[in-house]
Amino acid sequence: MSQGPTPNPGFAAGSESIWGRLEPLLSRVQKPARYIGCEAGAREPQWGPGKVSWLLVYPDTYEIGLPNQGLQILYEILNERPDAVAERAYAPWIDLEAELRAHGVPLFSVDTHRPAGAFDLLAFNLSAELTYTNLINCIDLAGVPVRAAERGPDDPYVVAGGHCTYNPEPLADFLDFVVLGDGEEVVSEITEVMVAHRGAPRETVLRALCRVEGVYVPSAYEVTYEGQRLVAVEPRWPEAPERVEKRTVADLAEWPYPKNQLVPLTEVVHDRLNVEVFRGCTRGCRFCQAGMITRPVRERPADQVRTMVAEGLRRTGYDEVALTSLSTADFSGIADVVKGIIDDPACGGNVSVSLPSLRVDAFGVDIAAELQKGRRTGLTFAPEAGTWRMRQVINKLIREEDLYEAVESAYSQGWRRVKLYFLTGLPTETDEDTLGIAELGRNCVELGRKHTKSPSVTVSVGGFVPKPFTPFQWFGQNTVVELQRKIHLLRDEVRKNRGVQMKWHDPRASLAEGLMSRGDRRLGRVVEEVWRRGGTFQEWSECFRLDLWEEAMATHGLDPDWYTYRHRTEDEVLPWDHLSAGLHKDFLWQDWQDSLAEVGLPDCRWTPCYDCGACTGYGIEHIVASATPPAGGSQGTGQDLGTGGLLPPVLAEAVPVSISAGPSGAGAGGAA
Amino acid sequence: MSGIPFLPVVKVRLRYSKYGKVRFLSHRDLARIVERSVRLAGLPVAYSEGFSPRPRLHFGLALSTGYESDAEFFDVDLDPSKGDPGAVEALPGRLAPCLPPGVTVTAAVLLDPGTPSLQEAVTSCTWRFELGPTDDAAASELAAEVAGLLAAEQLVVTLERKGKQVDEDLRPLILGLSFERTVDGDGVLHAELGTKPRSVRPAELLAAFRSSPEPQRVVRTHQWTMRDGQRCEPIGLVAPSPHAEVRAS
Repeated sequence: MSQGPTPNPGFAAGSESIWGRLEPLLSRVQKPARYIGCEAGAREPQWGPGKVSWLLVYPDTYEIGLPNQGLQILYEILNERPDAVAERAYAPWIDLEAELRAHGVPLFSVDTHRPAGAFDLLAFNLSAELTYTNLINCIDLAGVPVRAAERGPDDPYVVAGGHCTYNPEPLADFLDFVVLGDGEEVVSEITEVMVAHRGAPRETVLRALCRVEGVYVPSAYEVTYEGQRLVAVEPRWPEAPERVEKRTVADLAEWPYPKNQLVPLTEVVHDRLNVEVFRGCTRGCRFCQAGMITRPVRERPADQVRTMVAEGLRRTGYDEVALTSLSTADFSGIADVVKGIIDDPACGGNVSVSLPSLRVDAFGVDIAAELQKGRRTGLTFAPEAGTWRMRQVINKLIREEDLYEAVESAYSQGWRRVKLYFLTGLPTETDEDTLGIAELGRNCVELGRKHTKSPSVTVSVGGFVPKPFTPFQWFGQNTVVELQRKIHLLRDEVRKNRGVQMKWHDPRASLAEGLMSRGDRRLGRVVEEVWRRGGTFQEWSECFRLDLWEEAMATHGLDPDWYTYRHRTEDEVLPWDHLSAGLHKDFLWQDWQDSLAEVGLPDCRWTPCYDCGACTGYGIEHIVASATPPAGGSQGTGQDLGTGGLLPPVLAEAVPVSISAGPSGAGAGGAA
Repeated sequence: MSGIPFLPVVKVRLRYSKYGKVRFLSHRDLARIVERSVRLAGLPVAYSEGFSPRPRLHFGLALSTGYESDAEFFDVDLDPSKGDPGAVEALPGRLAPCLPPGVTVTAAVLLDPGTPSLQEAVTSCTWRFELGPTDDAAASELAAEVAGLLAAEQLVVTLERKGKQVDEDLRPLILGLSFERTVDGDGVLHAELGTKPRSVRPAELLAAFRSSPEPQRVVRTHQWTMRDGQRCEPIGLVAPSPHAEVRAS
């Protein structure tokens, strides 16, 4: 496969469809249906003189990218504007990429099969660090210089949004600008800047973009190092703010998007209607970047949810709808909403409703039971850690009785398989904590045996990677060797128990992810090098190449240990300190200290504000229909969490196995 | 419904064409699209019984991904107790807005009880291979090859089946073969390939040519069944397929 080093001179921008050149190539590749577009709900983009053209690119395959709701929302909002037009593109799989390069055919939109280089903006959705090399590959396949500094007046602007952009520094050299936070409003403001400055020199446009709230222009900042240490990231243009604040849509009710969710013609992940019921989460799980950066909680009105579901099902012909959010069981009056959908004749009957995340308690299972009247196969819970002590450290305040109630309730109501998600490599984690995962799995199987002959419990374990704007951003992640050791330790323990299966993520991928997650601008050379050597689709285990990352780090004199395994100190300048998710740094630091002290922090939706900064800083607040905490379990708040893993006698009786109380001394992982 | 051995279903057979960008959809993709389209069009589809009921749709011979067709078929069982199925002639029009551009329902008929399934009934398919600009030399070579293949007593090809190399004689399944050159100078092969005991894939026929032609388009133009000793289509078309208008690309 020819790669980056040979640029593709044949990729001159032209606005005509490349379909005729693409069509013969599609007969030679796997799953060609992912390149044809033609989805129900796809717009007929109306091109016209003076319109700002956006190509929204998801830097992974069509199957992964198509369902992305963020991309679909922006696609609709932009196409509704008279001054904009938006199309979509996805990363071509390796076989098609080779064909494209061999025949000089550029990256294309799936809507009208226009070449990517014909658009004014290439806007990337960044949801995962391991797609960074795909982003560079897509820029190159578009026939655009991969480095922003080398782009000329006729080249598109390359922009990125999405969760990973809270530390965009490893991609700073490749992006003209970055958007932080919710995109609904800011895409319009960017469009207006592009209209007002059409034909202006790139620097003029970028300076104007610096004035748009939520827009970060990496080239507008000077980075200073002292040896390895990052000392400062400072604006070099007067237009550039010292700190770029994220954008937050105050009221989700004003944005009932997507109105026409795309229905693909070929199979994709999450192939169903998706309706976002709220954005933001204040559970405060300390490992969870999504929960930290999307605050505050903004619920969609229940009536609007019902309308979007009924309309969406009618329009798409789907018979399944997912109510999406970071913790859907917490939606005010969720039980009524779910029942309303199932009983609503406007929803056509025969509709199944799914919640992507189930709360770990009996209440969550009761809702699931309401949803799945028919076949009950598997339920998934995410306790995240094996002991109460560990769960206090990460602030995932699930008591063991909550989990056991949930699991017992699931088995007693006909489910046969339970999947449990865990993280390993967490701060202060000891072997006792790790082995606690096996014990939870074993106890769940025992509970299942009371209701079914062969209950199955799958324990899925991922290596923890600290993320920016979380209390764990100062934590030095576990080494590959240490993660491997813990996984083997756990695997050996799990093997002793019939009925428990274990799956785990490749710890080597956690290292590469960690480099990108908290890396600085110097990592740009590494990402580029890995890409040049063919390291695309690093999210895909069959394509992942740790050797490429290690060699690239060595080539550029960078130390992976320093970037990933090292605990940061309070006074250290972090590469994302000039960006803001609204959270006060001292709040995060205090939460980090509380974590090390094994102190949990309750959900602020239902308890007084502890001033994390997300509401107060932007003059917005939670929009929650019910001020009452949800029923049931420790995850409703204001409950006594002092019991921890100790089971009340009545439950101990019901569980024919020994339950450990959990607490143990702090491990070696802490940063203190 | 329990206790009634046969539901009073109305069996309908539909014919559709597949042209343009959608030719890259797989048979499986298309089955899902059809399933969704009958739901969207509000047809009272009968469901199978059992643990996870499925709409009662029956598809004929698979069309390989990348090929186009004038002659695809599916059967659907409608349950009048769930709603008025409406006039059968109206079905193509009702399904049209629910299908992607390039997939066009061209005919629909009621099936008599006991009509054999498509899989059982179809005995052969006619294919058109559009070879694009073909010069005199290539044309005469192709014409000679066609004559040679037709004259051959047998055409043994080696196939891989379940990991084993198997020799098979294609010749009895090549029911017709001809070559023509259009007024524009494009070469076109026409072939009728048998489906019993197994379907010969168009690619297998092409592989039997020494000149290894690479068609720009492969189109299934007909599927054939035998009725009273006569070759006929599962549903005939009153007018030729309007595929020239529905090409999506």
